Amino acid sequence: MNDTVGTNGLIFNEPLLWEKGAPGRTGFSMPRRDVEPAALDETLAGDGPDFPDLSEVDVVRHYVRLSQWNFSVDSGMYPLGSCTMKYNPKTNERQASLPGFAGAHPLLPEELAQGALQLMFELQEYLARITGMDAVSLQPAAGAHGELTGMLILHAHHAKQGRPRSKILIPDTAHGTNPASASLCGFHSVAIRSNEKGVLDPAVVAEAMDEDTAGIMVTNPNTLGLFEENIREVAEIVHGKGGLVYADGANMNAVMGVVNMADSGVDVLHLNLHKTFSTPHGGGGPGAGPVCVTRELEPYLPIPRVALGEDGRYRFSEDHPDSVGKMHAFHGNFGILVRAYSYIRSMGGHLKKASQLAVLNANYIKEKLKGTYHLPYDRPCMHECVFTDKNQQAHKISTLDIAKRLMEYGFHPPTIYFPLVVHGAIMIEPTETECKADVDRFVEAMKAIAEEARTQPDLLTEAPRIPKVRRLDEVTAARKPCLSG
Amino acid sequence: MKEISELQLPEDVRYAEDHEWAKSQGDVLRVGISDYAQDQLGDIVFVELPQAGDRLKKGDEFGTVESVKAVSELFMPVSGEITAVNGALEDAPELVNTAPYSDGWMIDVKPDDPSELDALMDRDAYLDMLKGSEQ
Repeated sequence: MNDTVGTNGLIFNEPLLWEKGAPGRTGFSMPRRDVEPAALDETLAGDGPDFPDLSEVDVVRHYVRLSQWNFSVDSGMYPLGSCTMKYNPKTNERQASLPGFAGAHPLLPEELAQGALQLMFELQEYLARITGMDAVSLQPAAGAHGELTGMLILHAHHAKQGRPRSKILIPDTAHGTNPASASLCGFHSVAIRSNEKGVLDPAVVAEAMDEDTAGIMVTNPNTLGLFEENIREVAEIVHGKGGLVYADGANMNAVMGVVNMADSGVDVLHLNLHKTFSTPHGGGGPGAGPVCVTRELEPYLPIPRVALGEDGRYRFSEDHPDSVGKMHAFHGNFGILVRAYSYIRSMGGHLKKASQLAVLNANYIKEKLKGTYHLPYDRPCMHECVFTDKNQQAHKISTLDIAKRLMEYGFHPPTIYFPLVVHGAIMIEPTETECKADVDRFVEAMKAIAEEARTQPDLLTEAPRIPKVRRLDEVTAARKPCLSG
Repeated sequence: MKEISELQLPEDVRYAEDHEWAKSQGDVLRVGISDYAQDQLGDIVFVELPQAGDRLKKGDEFGTVESVKAVSELFMPVSGEITAVNGALEDAPELVNTAPYSDGWMIDVKPDDPSELDALMDRDAYLDMLKGSEQ
């Protein structure tokens, strides 16, 4: 296929539902009334909500048309850095829709929910084995929720020792949600500068670490796509002052079955099932952010926990007086847990291979595009690589223009302007999903765009012209937001 | 983005390493961010400022500036008491982009030690710093 992938297919304009329909139109007919009318208490009566009158086909076409404006990992490569937009195998959906799982009520008594409990118990065990940690809670509903749970565990640990602490160290290459989660828990975040190699310098950590510091929140691999090679030394420094090491495991896709997180000194780790374990991500969520801890911190995990009794029956265990409490109604986003379980069971021992291929793909892109785009940290990367727009600045072309033009080549743009430590960052995470031929097409598109930046910059600054919606006016949207329909 | 040679860097203000400027106006210092800072941030969509009467130390965060790319902290170039803030930025944050040294000013500070102004960089020193960071 020689043509570019992006074309203007037959995509429909579509009004708001409130602008469609006609009075009296309806999706189904109410049965004829066969009882006498009775007066309604006037305090309960009033004007109904402003809903449009629509037929079933009006509604179906509306949403199908909107869905055609979308881009998804089912339509093409989605190299959004730090997001691990890997393909979500359809078998996951099949397992999650099994009636026994899909129809299970969260208030079912334990004896009628043994299958669901077994799945949760085994998923906890699998996640512990994949990460090298000892105990797991599946309750948190997303990554940042897992971070908050982890921070509450750090706080509970220090409070139990009788010496609550007020500060937390956060490297400048950590995920952006880390300081927010720490602040929500009441910690004051202290920024730690990474060194010229893009990783933590133990000496800098040692200088900042004191006995009022609860620990460090380190994203590993970090948001430059680099492995924190000094993590053990950093952990020793933090532990030496009585602190704990929290690892943001959002980038776990690089190291499944490769790095034992507990051995690297990590005390608490969260995972994003919607990244590493192929459950839906973005608008297709919800997410799940399990938290993994060492044996020492297990008493603080949220309740209820799922336990296996000596009689071989699974049960909820609530009697954990040091627990941080409930983090979510019932047992987290159970349907997502089923999908992650399905993925792990489908992959088995190949999980490690998935990580290796994700790292290989990212390094391949890094090597192929190095020189065309400026590579601020020229060293082997993990699952993602970070370029900048420095080479294109002479043509007044910015990262945003490159990202917008990429849409016309049929690719979702990478993450841009993050991490903040890199000016004009272009952060590419191909994941293991893409085969070499597709990765090559992406590389060719990026090279073609760099050439266009030099010869036909208007193609970039005016991009995208092909898609349904052209470049949005983000500035006016932010300065003068219109928040009603 | 602008080349360094395209930047407006007036002689009558002093510059901080974090790209704030300060300028003496009677017994207060007027503070804003430099042309370089606004150009790097891009279109500014929101400016969060402290309240008049707040006392802050040199290096303390006095607010944030949000562009379509990111949120950045603003740091006090000197210690002192905030005597006024530029309320116009609430409805017109773009003034920071269009007039960083005049209508886009941010706060007035009554400095604890007026000589702290002299410790800030003059135009040439700031320009040298910017040239250094471009390499």
